[in-house]
Amino acid sequence: MRKSFLPVLTVVAAIFVLWYAMAVVLNAAWAKDQAKRAGVELSFSELVADTWAQDKPKLPAPHQVAAEIWETTVEKKITSKRSLVFHSGITLSSTLLGFVLGTVLGIGLAVGIVYNRVMDMSVMPWVIASQTIPILAIAPMIIVVLNAVGISGLLPKAIISMYLSFFPVVVGMVKGLRSPDMMQLDQMRTWNATASQQFWKLRLPSSMPYLFASLKIAMAASLVGAIVGELPTGAVAGLGARLLAGSYYGQTIQIWSALIMAAALAACLVAIIGLIQRVTLKRMGMA
Amino acid sequence: MTAAQANETAAPVISAKGLNLTFQTNDGPVHALKDVNLEINKGDFVSFIGPSGCGKTTFLRVMADLEKPTAGSITVNGVSPEEARKTRAYGYVFQHAGLYPWRTIGGNIRLPLEIMGYTKSDQDERVKRVLDLVELSGFEKKFPWQLSGGMQQRASIARALAFDADILLMDEPFGALDEIVRDHLNEQLLQLWARTNKTIGFVTHSIPEAVYLSTRIVVMSPRPGRITDVIESTLPRERPLDIRDTPEFLEIAHRVREGLRAGHAYDD
Ligand SMILES: Nc1ncnc2c1ncn2[C@@H]1O[C@H](COP(=O)(O)OP(=O)(O)OP(=O)(O)O)[C@@H](O)[C@H]1O
Ligand SMILES: [Mg+2]
Repeated sequence: MRKSFLPVLTVVAAIFVLWYAMAVVLNAAWAKDQAKRAGVELSFSELVADTWAQDKPKLPAPHQVAAEIWETTVEKKITSKRSLVFHSGITLSSTLLGFVLGTVLGIGLAVGIVYNRVMDMSVMPWVIASQTIPILAIAPMIIVVLNAVGISGLLPKAIISMYLSFFPVVVGMVKGLRSPDMMQLDQMRTWNATASQQFWKLRLPSSMPYLFASLKIAMAASLVGAIVGELPTGAVAGLGARLLAGSYYGQTIQIWSALIMAAALAACLVAIIGLIQRVTLKRMGMA
Repeated sequence: MTAAQANETAAPVISAKGLNLTFQTNDGPVHALKDVNLEINKGDFVSFIGPSGCGKTTFLRVMADLEKPTAGSITVNGVSPEEARKTRAYGYVFQHAGLYPWRTIGGNIRLPLEIMGYTKSDQDERVKRVLDLVELSGFEKKFPWQLSGGMQQRASIARALAFDADILLMDEPFGALDEIVRDHLNEQLLQLWARTNKTIGFVTHSIPEAVYLSTRIVVMSPRPGRITDVIESTLPRERPLDIRDTPEFLEIAHRVREGLRAGHAYDD
């Protein structure tokens, strides 16, 4: 922990330096343009100060994004339409629902594939094919079709999350459930274990490390799915809606703060899974 | 004693007649067992010895219904290996300990008991008993990686002993252990065998180990895998470790060595 502190800090500092520099480069044109119209000459320091403080910069400076996030999380009421916490909550709920659905579907398919020859031969190609279709093409269709049958709100977005998140779970769990070696399976046979005993006492515990690795990917994918699901609906709430509204009105600071919020959310969710993984595997004696 | 009873006591525990097993591999058929005939009686301690690839493991796996013979017949306790397996007639010790890393030593020994539906209190009692037997009491709550290889192997033997199987099949269980530990486990195994009157099938590469343990030594040779000699031991059932220095012991060891050589000569 101690040892990695300095390198990590160095990288973060480098990123900020680069970010501020890019903000100057990208926003300078607008600042010069404005100055020309007003008929004033900008000194270099004035130019820099202006590029870091524009209303609708091409690239907002970090402190602008930080201020916006502070304003929209801490200073706004959670119930307010302008609260980022409110929007994050909307996205979070469909992310979590989609993640749970995707995990259940993924594990179910994996069990089918491992235990059923016909499924083994037939399902996997479709699972892979499903992921080759761009989600942006499918998302509006899912929303429209579900709306037509009267389902709207959380569920359509969660289904898009599920669509993205079941895939890593299937792949990981098939590998995990197949990870016991021949000898362990033979051993079960000598004890005349039933198929369900073999599953619960051997295959499932063996698959745990694979499951957790998949869940981390699935969680991140699920969040992407939820945000993508908010885009085509013209949704009024959610991080995706904030991104969309921001880009309509050229509110780059709003876009960036929503992006940063989404990244932070993903990091937290993945970290929580990592924690559960640590505790579980430790209790299983595998870590 | 009636004729039927006499017959029952005399009926072999394992009886193989004209047993053949050919593996179909990409490089053509491998004749792992050819015309194998053998009877093992109740309470026998039979060792299988022979060069690598002579079919020792395969033969043991056929007895355990882990491999199906391609020709010939075999019975275990008078029924097919499959039926015997389903009645949990044998315990099988694999060459590698194969303990589950996510279960403690106690949990590993408990595993077959859970599968076989022993009651919780019976499980506890049995785990304790077999851990005592292999001198691992106090390690019940440890995970496998916290134990040495020899201790893990002992735990895996304890696991095969925890349920009531009259037959014990062991595939080079002490192969990876050092001489001292091996001697010690050999002694313990003999005591256990004398106490429980189990029938034991034991694969080994070591001549002294085979002679020390067995009532009969089956010498095998490869390509095709077959039995070339069966040597009856003249040693008493009671065997202290220093019996290995007696002329009688050395005489049997000599015969085994001759048998192994003869098998090799056939090869060249
Ligand atoms: N599943 C299998 N498929 C194909 N060939 C096999 C299989 N199992 C064993 N064999 C072959 O059968 C022969 C006998 O193998 P087996 O494992 O019984 O030998 P072994 O006497 O136990 O040897 P070792 O002392 O090395 O353990 C070998 O030639 C081996 O390559
Ligand atoms: Mg072998």
